[in-house]
Amino acid sequence: MNARQKWTLGRILTAMAILIGLEFFPAEGWLRAGLYLIPYFIIGYDILRQAIRGIVQGEIFDENFLMAIATAGAMFLGEYREGAAVMLFYQVGELFQSLAVGRSRASITALMDIRPDYANRELGGAIERVDPDEVVPGTVIVVRPGEKVPIDGIVLSGTASLDMHALTGESLPRDVGPGAAVLSGCINLSGVLRVRTTKAAEESTAAKILELVENSSMKKSRAENFITRFARVYTPAVCLGAFLLAVGMPVGRLLLGEAPLWSAWLERALVLLVISCPCALVISIPLSFFGGIGAASAKGILVKGSNYLEALAQINYVVFDKTGTLTRGVFEVTEVKPQGMSKDELLAYAAGVERYSQHPISRSLQAAFPPERQLEEVTGYEELSGYGVRAMVSGHSVAAGNARFMKQLGLGVSEALQSGTVVHVAVDGRYAGSILVSDVVKPQAAAAVDALKKAGVRRTVMLTGDTPNAAAVVAAAVGVDAYEAGLLPADKVTAVEKLLAGKGFKEKLAFVGDGINDAPVLARADVGIAMGALGSDAAIEAADVVLMDDDPVKISLGMAIARKTLRIVRQNIVLALGVKAVFLIFGAIGLANMWAAIFADVGVMILAVLNAMRIFLQPQTNAIAPLLSQDVSREII
Amino acid sequence: MTKKYKIAVDCAACALKMEAAATKVEGVAAASIGFMSQKLVIDFVAGADPLAVMEQVQAVCKRIEPDCEIVIR
Repeated sequence: MNARQKWTLGRILTAMAILIGLEFFPAEGWLRAGLYLIPYFIIGYDILRQAIRGIVQGEIFDENFLMAIATAGAMFLGEYREGAAVMLFYQVGELFQSLAVGRSRASITALMDIRPDYANRELGGAIERVDPDEVVPGTVIVVRPGEKVPIDGIVLSGTASLDMHALTGESLPRDVGPGAAVLSGCINLSGVLRVRTTKAAEESTAAKILELVENSSMKKSRAENFITRFARVYTPAVCLGAFLLAVGMPVGRLLLGEAPLWSAWLERALVLLVISCPCALVISIPLSFFGGIGAASAKGILVKGSNYLEALAQINYVVFDKTGTLTRGVFEVTEVKPQGMSKDELLAYAAGVERYSQHPISRSLQAAFPPERQLEEVTGYEELSGYGVRAMVSGHSVAAGNARFMKQLGLGVSEALQSGTVVHVAVDGRYAGSILVSDVVKPQAAAAVDALKKAGVRRTVMLTGDTPNAAAVVAAAVGVDAYEAGLLPADKVTAVEKLLAGKGFKEKLAFVGDGINDAPVLARADVGIAMGALGSDAAIEAADVVLMDDDPVKISLGMAIARKTLRIVRQNIVLALGVKAVFLIFGAIGLANMWAAIFADVGVMILAVLNAMRIFLQPQTNAIAPLLSQDVSREII
Repeated sequence: MTKKYKIAVDCAACALKMEAAATKVEGVAAASIGFMSQKLVIDFVAGADPLAVMEQVQAVCKRIEPDCEIVIR
């Protein structure tokens, strides 16, 4: 509770005590009016001051004005107790609102508690605790167990497990050692790390993410814009209605020759004014969106604006990039077919002959059969551009390369259609077999596509610059509805535009890419989603929705959170407008009194705020958990 | 040029009105208040002096809600 809230609480308690006291103090006439004015002014002086200021400045249609008119009107009618009590309850409601909003703001911010508080700077053997902003790139800092990594950097010494949960939503800790890059916002679970910083604090990952999430509420959703436009018409309309009730009705009755009942109609008009405060609507909608964005970012899904959260909920088309999105984007040995030797032997020869090559294919062979397992000595290494490599491996002449190379060596090979790159190996002039090196489909890719379909996505399409062969294999493995292969980046834009032209007015198209060379398509789609963005500024820049890790299942999770948020937004709009409409009618025909009016204003607002907080109450993972727990066998191209 | 300011505003409806009022200040191309993040983002017209413009913005915001605080740095 801040100072202002405490002050309001004090005023509420004082006014309440005086009002209770006055119940037992029989006073009549002017004395009674004067006595009730004391608590009325204690509790309402700021509202009255604001209302007068509003009138002077011509800003008359705000809630202060409504409350001042309503309560002053009640006082005027001699309903001193009601006038003061209404003001009192209005202030109680305002206090509740302020507390609820503050609390929810704090709990959302706590979800994203990745801002580092301090850094341990190492200087000449001594360690001092400093503000991360003072640390220049290249400084050595120390991160102890339990501390947050304050600034992005590279580990100099020490090993540790890092909890990346706040950044990616991933609960599995990651082990790092010397040479590994560490990102700010991770929590060190074990071991002391000495880190050389590579960026300034404000350029580091944690600061970038926080800025993005904080700015997200600036991009307003359609629902929020609707409320803004609505409030502009609503308050003047209500005031006009109240004026008609207070003046029009009695005058009408006079004209019809009936008793005007001035005070009864005035009271109804005042009730109408209290009911009509639009706070519940105005407050609960940005709160719901902010909650949805907060809940998503706790799962490693950064949404750059309420409008994108809204669009995320309406996605019917999902277009994927292949490499790095549905596949890992790294080459791995996926098949070994030896002839006349064991698989290990073939791999050993291949890795040996390729030992000194820097080609990505060679590196994947090295990864499959690491140098520490290789005992052979490699001499006479020779690289034949366009064919392959040749060397003496432990006294055997080994050649590895493409089919053309084998043909040149006078060896026949059968060339089956494959999605990856085939490395043929010959040992001592004899064909020894082939090794298939290819990109690997992410283990969760098929489950992710399936989850999207279950979430109501009409069509999933894969676009790739790769060969039709490779595309067909991946498309079948992950189960997308269609694919287009052999596309240049510009062709991808054309393909997406074609889909955009074909979709319905309310349907939305999302493009999912790794954000590195997809910028034009990411921008063209209704929602651009970049994956694996952790540490990549370019991806964060280009996309509307950023998935911090590589997991494509997060797309449907994000959609689930977005839909839940929108459901709550809609509920709140209906709740607030519905209750108000009912009470407005009751008030106009004289069935609702001041107390009902206070409920319609404050009660509905508190209900709406509580409803907005529901976004956090239920674990979002439920909808996805069964999919993840399925044993998704590793699909190989 | 776009700048971001901290703002303390308690009422969401006031934030909407302050946003509308700030947009009308001379030198402001666009203004946006994030009620939840308590941030005011001002997009200045080219050549405008941010400090002078912000004093105006603060004045119009205070007219709507005297309790609001804008940190002009």
